[in-house]
Amino acid sequence: MSNHKTSLSKVSHQQRIGDQPWLRRLLIGLAFLLVGSLLVLPLIAIFAQALSAGLNIFWVNLSDKYTLHAIGLTLLVAALTVPLNLVFGVFLAWLVTRFEFPGRRILMTLIDIPFAVSPVVAGLMYLLLYGSNGWVGGWLMENDLQLMFAWPGIVMVTVFITCPFVARELIPLMQQQGSSEEEAALSLGASGWQMFRRVTLPNIKWALLYGVVLTNARAVGEFGAVSVVSGNIRGETNTLPLHVELLYQDYNLVGAFTSATLLAALALLTLVVKTFLEWRQQQSAS
Amino acid sequence: MSIQIKQISKQFGDFQALKPLDLTINEGELVGLLGPSGSGKTTLLRIIAGLETADQGQILFSGKDVTNLHVRDRKVGFVFQHYALFRHMTVAENIAFGLDVLPKKQRPTKATIKQQVAELLDKVQLSHLANRYPAQLSGGQKQRIALARALAMQPRVLLLDEPFGALDAKVRKELRRWLRNLHDELGFTSVFVTHDQEEALEVSDRVVVMSQGQIEQEATPQDLYQQPASRFVYDFLGGVNVFEGEAASLKSNRLEQGKAWVAFPDGHKAEAGQLYLRSHELSLSNQPSAIAHLPLKIKAVSLIGAEVRVELEPLGWQSQDLWDITISHSEYNLWQPQRGNTCYAHPQAGQLFASNTEHQPRPINWQQGFALIKTA
Repeated sequence: MSNHKTSLSKVSHQQRIGDQPWLRRLLIGLAFLLVGSLLVLPLIAIFAQALSAGLNIFWVNLSDKYTLHAIGLTLLVAALTVPLNLVFGVFLAWLVTRFEFPGRRILMTLIDIPFAVSPVVAGLMYLLLYGSNGWVGGWLMENDLQLMFAWPGIVMVTVFITCPFVARELIPLMQQQGSSEEEAALSLGASGWQMFRRVTLPNIKWALLYGVVLTNARAVGEFGAVSVVSGNIRGETNTLPLHVELLYQDYNLVGAFTSATLLAALALLTLVVKTFLEWRQQQSAS
Repeated sequence: MSIQIKQISKQFGDFQALKPLDLTINEGELVGLLGPSGSGKTTLLRIIAGLETADQGQILFSGKDVTNLHVRDRKVGFVFQHYALFRHMTVAENIAFGLDVLPKKQRPTKATIKQQVAELLDKVQLSHLANRYPAQLSGGQKQRIALARALAMQPRVLLLDEPFGALDAKVRKELRRWLRNLHDELGFTSVFVTHDQEEALEVSDRVVVMSQGQIEQEATPQDLYQQPASRFVYDFLGGVNVFEGEAASLKSNRLEQGKAWVAFPDGHKAEAGQLYLRSHELSLSNQPSAIAHLPLKIKAVSLIGAEVRVELEPLGWQSQDLWDITISHSEYNLWQPQRGNTCYAHPQAGQLFASNTEHQPRPINWQQGFALIKTA
């Protein structure tokens, strides 16, 4: 016993690994170098390139009719995707955390499919199913409904890609909070809606907002799946990320980077909001 | 309001949480559901509240069938083990919740609600905390607020799920007395769940002991303590020592195991079984007596409290657990038993559970039979 004690105290007097000043400086320096060259520098480059021909050209590029259309389409996709996945995510999280039923575990695993599948594959799946030669697509054609190579298809794949975000944020939180507050509300005479609005929603609101921000960021920025089902028709089915690529392939570098600044700015905004929401969530948890 | 439970049963997957059972709780009664975890007591309580639905059976409130009535319409007060206060609402908002969600026509005015909340806060003696949030309260305060919140709806039935389980010993004692007083003052019917036998015996008018989804015994605390109906109840009430033996072949009144034995008083025949002896129903001495030869080795002596607690290990015979015997300080001072000493236990009263039946135990009382005669 006494032997054990002395050996322990010896260890605690020793320096921890990495405590030497030169090693610490080296590691910190390396981390900054990596973050700088891989993350910060490219971001600066986007803005530098976009503004390289002057502010005037930047505005001209931005007010280009196809660019404006791409912005509009991207906003439309986000505006449809986010509310859909918000409702879906809340329902799903509610279902798997408040009820016990056969297949519950499988359902919780299935939620992650969009994360596990490559977006390009997701796009192809939809194309095969709903395209003109697909199982459902043939029937749709007969009824004069076009989903693929049109905005509904873009919304469909974006919904698929982003559907886990809200549910994934809510499930652990709702599991941890348990259902006793909701039961208390019911036993005090609250209706289902009153319980949800006055007890459930306030308890999950920060996590919900966080999920929404992530969903929105992904919906706006999604490239792979959208590129498969969009058909890249300029002024019709071109979202902002696709537009950037088209301009780049046209050797219109300044134009491509101008559109890219919009996405980059949105990403930065998302980071700020995300950090704030994380902070709020920690506050309300403590 | 009286509560009648008729043939209620509940199954969770393969697990039979409740076997069909009947129970009647009278108006104004305070009933404790006592049992180990997994005994079905909480399930039964939640079925009474309507938070869980029974697979079969009926629940009647004052003769009216409420089996299919939703929890929000049963108008029972429910108090949760972990309080379940609404974390984003202040104490006052928590208490007002039930009144706030009433349909417009029945809802009191804002001023009336405010006044009722103030009265309730006064009743639970926490008026100064009205604007705090639950996270800023101690466990005892939270539970009193949870009670006030349930009482705001003036329920005729109050159901409490391990209400004091998460509190420390001192607060728990204080709160259960307070609950008893509140119950007597307001006159509602209460059912509370607990796994603490002391709590159940102290607070309840009647105790229902449950095990494995069945009712083992329902009785007043006095009857329960004096006449446990089964081995399970005896074990669960605690502080019991068991001597398992066979009827001796030569002396018909002796229960023996190897060299150890207990002689029953006149008129009692020994039969193979287990003799249950509570720790205060035994005395200790450094010599065997005419009524028992139960040699034990002292493992520990605790002098703290009103009595001296001695922990003992059987010497030359078997018992599943160590024995616990409490003796008075004056008895202790007579010969001052020390750790490591050998001594002898002498039963004063006990119950014999015969091996071949599951029936009522046989009470055996030595003091009536003959006085302690010490042999040299």
